[in-house]
Amino acid sequence: MLTALATGLIVAMLALILGHVTVHGWSVVTWGFLSSGAEEGLFTAGRSGIFPMLFGTAARVILMTLLVIPAGVITAVYLNEYAPASGRLTRWVRGAVNHLAGVPSIVFGLFGLGFFIGFVGAGLDDWLRPGAIQPYWAAEGLLWASATLAVMTLPVVVAATEEALRAVPAGLREASLALGATRLQTLVRIVLPHSRSGILTGSILAVGRAAGEVVPLLFTGAALYVSGLPGSLNDKFMDLAYHVWVLCTQSPDIDQTKPLLYGAVLVLLGLTLSLNLVAIMIRARISRGPQGTP
Amino acid sequence: MPTTDLSNPSAATRRSPSGEADAPNHPLIEIERLSLCYGQMRALQNITLNIPERLVTAFIGPSGCGKSTLLRCLNRLNDLVENARIEGTVRIGGCDIYGPGVDVIELRKRVGMVFQKANPFPKSIYENVAYGLRLRGMRARGIVDEIVERSLRSAALWDEVKDRLHASALGLSGGQQQRLCIARAIATRPEILLMDEPASALDPVATSKIEDLILALKQEFTLVMVTHNMQQAARISDYTAFLNQGELIEFNTTSQLFTNPSRRQTEDYVTGRFG
Amino acid sequence: MSDADSVTTPPSPPPAKPPWHDLARGRVARPGEWLVEKGIFAVSLTAIVMILLIFVFVGREALPILLGQADSAAARVQRILPPEDVDRMTPSELRAALGLSRRKFAARSLEEQKAALKEIYAVRAEADRNGAEAIPDKDSEVNTVGWRYLIRPHQWTGYSRPEFIWQPVSQIQKFNVVPLLVGSLKVTLVAVLFALPLALGAALYVSQFASRRLRAWIKPAIEMLAGIPSVVLGFFALFVLAAALESVFAFQSRLNAFVAGIALGVAIIPVIFALAEEALSAVPRGYLEGALAVGASRWQAAWGVALPAAWPGVFAAVVLGFGRALGETMIVLMASGNAAILSWSLFDSSRTVTATIAAELGEVVFGGHHYRVLFLLGTLVLAVSFVANLVADGVMNRLRRRLASSS
Repeated sequence: MLTALATGLIVAMLALILGHVTVHGWSVVTWGFLSSGAEEGLFTAGRSGIFPMLFGTAARVILMTLLVIPAGVITAVYLNEYAPASGRLTRWVRGAVNHLAGVPSIVFGLFGLGFFIGFVGAGLDDWLRPGAIQPYWAAEGLLWASATLAVMTLPVVVAATEEALRAVPAGLREASLALGATRLQTLVRIVLPHSRSGILTGSILAVGRAAGEVVPLLFTGAALYVSGLPGSLNDKFMDLAYHVWVLCTQSPDIDQTKPLLYGAVLVLLGLTLSLNLVAIMIRARISRGPQGTP
Repeated sequence: MPTTDLSNPSAATRRSPSGEADAPNHPLIEIERLSLCYGQMRALQNITLNIPERLVTAFIGPSGCGKSTLLRCLNRLNDLVENARIEGTVRIGGCDIYGPGVDVIELRKRVGMVFQKANPFPKSIYENVAYGLRLRGMRARGIVDEIVERSLRSAALWDEVKDRLHASALGLSGGQQQRLCIARAIATRPEILLMDEPASALDPVATSKIEDLILALKQEFTLVMVTHNMQQAARISDYTAFLNQGELIEFNTTSQLFTNPSRRQTEDYVTGRFG
Repeated sequence: MSDADSVTTPPSPPPAKPPWHDLARGRVARPGEWLVEKGIFAVSLTAIVMILLIFVFVGREALPILLGQADSAAARVQRILPPEDVDRMTPSELRAALGLSRRKFAARSLEEQKAALKEIYAVRAEADRNGAEAIPDKDSEVNTVGWRYLIRPHQWTGYSRPEFIWQPVSQIQKFNVVPLLVGSLKVTLVAVLFALPLALGAALYVSQFASRRLRAWIKPAIEMLAGIPSVVLGFFALFVLAAALESVFAFQSRLNAFVAGIALGVAIIPVIFALAEEALSAVPRGYLEGALAVGASRWQAAWGVALPAAWPGVFAAVVLGFGRALGETMIVLMASGNAAILSWSLFDSSRTVTATIAAELGEVVFGGHHYRVLFLLGTLVLAVSFVANLVADGVMNRLRRRLASSS
């Protein structure tokens, strides 16, 4: 059967990529690899590790989460709980979220550079540090990279939260309102607790998507090498996904670098895919057992 | 058209069923020329009806006749429906609840509601009953405990759940869940209790428990209930309104309406010829 | 009945009820509530604001070129003013002439800045005098960021015929975007042609033939494929796919449009699959049962009934997949070879629009012509993917409504 063959091929591709990377990378990923830095040469296998990159990725992703979760959840709450279903503004907000999901990552990179660094950052410098020659905020750094990623992952959080809010039985909202609760009380005491796992799914998916993303970082904060870990919001940082690209394309001797590369790819792949897997599993559990409906 | 003589408050009082005849039950809720449209569709047409205090009034009629919609007008739950439009007035205790300056939240605190499908919150039994109290900012442990117990007792559920007050409400059976919802609704001592087919999803045993409960609650609350079950209306209500296709066909004491209906349509319905 | 007993326990004396007229004493003021609701509304506008900001801030940098106001030749000649004119300049004119940000400009006194500008002009005038004696190059009079030179071939000095040249790092910067557009188109075409049959086949299989159990495994697997970071796919194309394909096809250049296209195809399979599967699953069962009832095989029913009914969804899937492929960056940056040569051959090393931006933006002068041309390319990518989204969205919405009403 042709269609089964196509399906099999797709699944085989997934298996091939996973298998190939695992086989070649498995022996590289040791505790030393995960816990050491790259002070002794970025490209030499056996001596350098990926700890600063993991740290940078974690930092930018956590910062992004802090920005995107409130914005995404509140947007979904507005769309699902407050907005008139047929209103023009509701349609616009929905459309904007949809389009945000379709904007290519390279454009987010340009946007981060043009808006966050060139406009917001420059504005902050003019305002907070007039007279300083060295730009402080108008430069690439952790905060702007995270902010750019937050804009990029906003639709992921909105979609997952909306799905969860829609799954809250209408009867619960009515029961709360009929007891004299205001809409906000109903939201905070009934609706949001009921949607926790959906919001969690959205956050995990957003983190999974952002962790593997390189392009928006190119112009907003990732660096090939910095000594030490980022200590403040405007520091440049090393990043795991960016590091994979660096190892692929900048190495003077690719054969020397290859084991390192496989190790880094395996860790990155393991990280993003396990996040995706967890999200898929939570979502499956939500749809299987509607624990809120009697 | 509604039977206007019967919606006259004094007439309603005089026609109370024999048992209550000497207790003067004032019309607490006065519905006057009430119409409601969902977009283009007219769900209620020109309804005039007076509901007496501390008695059970039942709305009956074939499904889709607007009886639930009418019930939801009494605590303005229809406000949530985006394209619902209302004309006419509803007065409770003489106060026009659709008038300017009326606070819907305050209204709903005084007009409780129990729904067709039991809808306990996914919280503990205790927290379900305490929900309304918490909304009113009641924190004192002792008082809340006392009210929760009293409400559960009033809802005839205390003995069954007193040992597992902090277990999830979703573990209760359907009938228990519905009684929990009643306990939740009466915990805050509303004066009026609206019930939308409270027993339609339950088995006969659970149904009879709920019916006993309704009869007991009558002493304290003004009860308005919707039911599709005519026997149930006949058993527990004092007054019955028969609605069809959004119009009030007849309103009378329950015994009158069932034994001696004044309209042909009512007779056809109560004798089971349609609906 | 024990219930009845507990029911009749006399309630504590009811508290005095306030009169019902209290209800009409006006809305209770809940300022906190009001404020929070306004806050929710304000935050919900984030998405709209961000979309607008993206268009404004990406488009803004490209605007001078879009409007044809940038002029590389004029910039070379006219920007020399005599010292008296510099003295008469207002601070803001001075700042513009120096090309400094407000912050840097404020760092030195006005007199110092004027002196700096005079010196710049003096050096430039000197250079021009020397240059005039050197070989006059007609290329330097060309406005290389004019529309004509961006999209049409030009015979540059030293070339034997008019050609499309992208050469932003040279004495005379050449910004012809046609080689990049062709590169993008080639790679995207390969990707869509590779992904479409696979994704569509899988969508047909999952929606029409697979058992419920199997479906519960396949759909997450394809979702996982979507979860692979594009830098990992790029890496895979670079080190595994390129070598494998090279041994089969014996390419001239190891990295080329074909390799990148296949890897990109893997990336857009989940996109096409998701939409096509949704559309196929939405086909009412009645359609299929009707076909099966008159003796069609399941395959005939799927191919002859389900697919035509879901056809707009498949179209939308292709459009969206095309948009995604065009906007994808990492894979093409790593696997396409990155030579900005105009060639229609799939097996030549090529360079796409997105890869160009990614590779070059790090090295350009902030606000310079090269910088603006790259933003122009970004605007183009944004516009195309926006339109692709719009089309796919519109088609899918119409299809959902139609299938929902006919089921």
